[in-house]
Amino acid sequence: MAVLHMQRILICALRRDRKAILELLQRRGVIEVNDVLTEDSVFHKTDSSMMKGSLTKTVTVAKEAIEILSAHSNEKTSMLSVLNGLKVATTEDYNSFTVKYHSTIKIANRIITLSKQIAESKAEILKLETQMEILTPWLSLDIPLNFEGTKYTKSFIGTLPKLWTMDSVYEKLADYLPLDVNVISSSKDQTCIFVLCQKDKADKVFETLRGMEFSLPSIAPELIPSIQLKYLEAEKVKLELEIEASVAEIISYKEYKEDLCFLQDYDTMREEKYEVLSRLCQSKNVFVITGYIPEKEVVSLSDYLNNNYEVSIEIEDPSEEEEVPVLLHNNVFSQPLEGVVASYSPPGKGEIDPTTMMSLFYYLLFGIMLSDAGYGFLIVAACGFGLLKFGRKMEQSTKNTLLMFLFCGISTVFWGVMFGSYFGDIIDVVSETYFNHKITIPALWFLPMNQPMRMLTFSMALGIIHLLTGLSIKLYQQLKQKDYKSALYDVVFWLVLLISCIVILLSMPMITNLLGVSLAIPAVIVNTSNILAILSSIGIILTNGRESRNPFKRFLKGLYAFYGISGYLSDVLSYSRLLALGLATGVIGMVINKMAAMAGKGIVGPLVFTIIVIGGHMLNLAINALGAYVHTNRLQYVEFFGKFYEGGGRTFNPFKMKTKYYKIKEKIKNEN
Amino acid sequence: MKIDMNSLGIVFALLGAVLAALLSGMGSAKGVGLAGQAAAGVVTEDPSKFGKVLILQLLPGTQGIYGLLIAFVTLSQIGILGGSSDIELWKGLLYCAACLPMAFVGYFSAVAQAKASVSSIGIIAKKPEQFGKAMIFPAMVETYAILALLISILAIFGVAGL
Repeated sequence: MAVLHMQRILICALRRDRKAILELLQRRGVIEVNDVLTEDSVFHKTDSSMMKGSLTKTVTVAKEAIEILSAHSNEKTSMLSVLNGLKVATTEDYNSFTVKYHSTIKIANRIITLSKQIAESKAEILKLETQMEILTPWLSLDIPLNFEGTKYTKSFIGTLPKLWTMDSVYEKLADYLPLDVNVISSSKDQTCIFVLCQKDKADKVFETLRGMEFSLPSIAPELIPSIQLKYLEAEKVKLELEIEASVAEIISYKEYKEDLCFLQDYDTMREEKYEVLSRLCQSKNVFVITGYIPEKEVVSLSDYLNNNYEVSIEIEDPSEEEEVPVLLHNNVFSQPLEGVVASYSPPGKGEIDPTTMMSLFYYLLFGIMLSDAGYGFLIVAACGFGLLKFGRKMEQSTKNTLLMFLFCGISTVFWGVMFGSYFGDIIDVVSETYFNHKITIPALWFLPMNQPMRMLTFSMALGIIHLLTGLSIKLYQQLKQKDYKSALYDVVFWLVLLISCIVILLSMPMITNLLGVSLAIPAVIVNTSNILAILSSIGIILTNGRESRNPFKRFLKGLYAFYGISGYLSDVLSYSRLLALGLATGVIGMVINKMAAMAGKGIVGPLVFTIIVIGGHMLNLAINALGAYVHTNRLQYVEFFGKFYEGGGRTFNPFKMKTKYYKIKEKIKNEN
Repeated sequence: MKIDMNSLGIVFALLGAVLAALLSGMGSAKGVGLAGQAAAGVVTEDPSKFGKVLILQLLPGTQGIYGLLIAFVTLSQIGILGGSSDIELWKGLLYCAACLPMAFVGYFSAVAQAKASVSSIGIIAKKPEQFGKAMIFPAMVETYAILALLISILAIFGVAGL
């Protein structure tokens, strides 16, 4: 309904109650802390950045541990789990967690260490496997790879590129006989050889081998290759066992997952608390907290504080210059759209909350753009199921989204019935294909496919109503602010001009023929409209440039403002998207049905029909619902808000629990 | 071989229908691809933004659907999908002309919209809470595709009634 009235609150309490009071405020989440007080000789602010730093670290550690745990325990998370909302914990759970606090941090650290060990072992295994691969061609060699020769001989162990036979190697080295050449293994990529020669000829042999692109193996272990391989394999098995043990240990911590989640939330909350703490003014025995609070929360909070602690509470209305945060409050019907307004911009100073007016048009426009009873029914069914099954548990934001689409779906069903569209024309197609008798559910109003001009007229008429509503809200806003001059010059003149222009247009035969409407407007009204249009135009030209002192400039500015009437023309034309998107849904639905019906009768026919219809309509629903959502937002943001709404407010950001897994519920009996 | 000029009507009508689907489809394919690359980049950094960037990626995809719509309406009007396909030359040319707004505006607006989408995906990467605003920029471009669709549809139905 409205923007909630905010009040400024100042709580002064004893330092010994500080923890309890801060935690209470955090759980209630009704105060936005705002530090206006400055330090003086008595009151100081404390630096809590050290503490905050360590809490941030715990949060990161807990988060990482939870991720590792989830990755190893293959937990199934169902698509619907997001609807379940946060788990509920009691204040006792919260307070008793201190006992488990340190052991949980230890578990988190242990999980992270284990995960690091696993990663290291895996890297080590990779290294071993590379070594084993290098060793494989040398397996038949019965001396170690690092063998260099005896007292009088020198050995060369290494590889040659490409395929070599023993003879071809001998041929190359024929000059340096006597020598011994062994081909250990060969493939078309490389040949492993062992060459033994006299020590005095070693240099020349090596040179020749180098000429053949001889290279030494990249590893030279002291054991002979086959034993070395066995050793490596044993190492690998050992590492694999270690990994298994680590994984098993991680999995064994599964039962502590809830504690870890709690730890993350617990320290997230504490972090937030210390953030607030660093902004408090404290003396030796008291502390002062200041901030904004919605008026309706004041009584319950101050009663509770007064009854339980020794506090002094001051409440006052914020001054005119203050930038008060904005919190909207609406009924169930409009509340889901608060998010849409907030994502444009919360209402600025003196502006009204546009949510209620907007919600009406929002559902209406969405329905016309999707306009298919079948699709609407699917949306209603899905959202209704979610709300009924999980409604109590789910978070407010999820609930709002579902509610928004529920209302959009209802509107879609309505317009689908009006325009006679049920999954395109599925009833016609099915009855004609399979029962040889065409049944059509007639449109309650008319078929946009057959009368596109009528639909266009309706779209634009709706657009005009939407725009005039926007202008009227501006009028209301300015009257409320007692800015009567602007109300007359900027709104009333325009309203008169627009309405009289519409009347004049409707009296022209050209327009009525085009739109296919027949209206007999009495000549008196047309003449009055003519006069009113001229008068209001003059009014606009004379007044809309009023901020300039120079009369010539003023006149030009007025003329330019009058030119803004072309903007209204394009705004109205913009609503033709209602027709276009509505037709798109219907026609594509028909294309799908037609394709499906091509499969014909028989045994396979209905099967193919079902598959194509289900797949096709799901796709059509997804794409057109997206289109309807985007373009409804556009019509609201650009055409509607453009007429009266500026925004620029700041959303109310209370000191509360910004947790991920749990919400802490206070027991009812604790209150009073 | 002598060609009866009047029998060419159906050729031009089909040409128009095909152009609408062809050019709009090409534009959308290019556009969705372009936006998809940007979206994939964002998801690499933060997979939780998938839903938001997917919507932005899909925005330039609508032109292809509008093109399909125009092509389908034309095909059914000229009797290619069953019925008589006896179209006079002048009528065939009119159908062809009626399809052109969707064909050309469809192509160019899809590409232009994709560029706006890519920039909006950039917004999501840095300020995911500004999704509402990010969505509006590409939607502004789409207006012109919708206007073209409107004129094409009205023209096709108009020609059918001549």
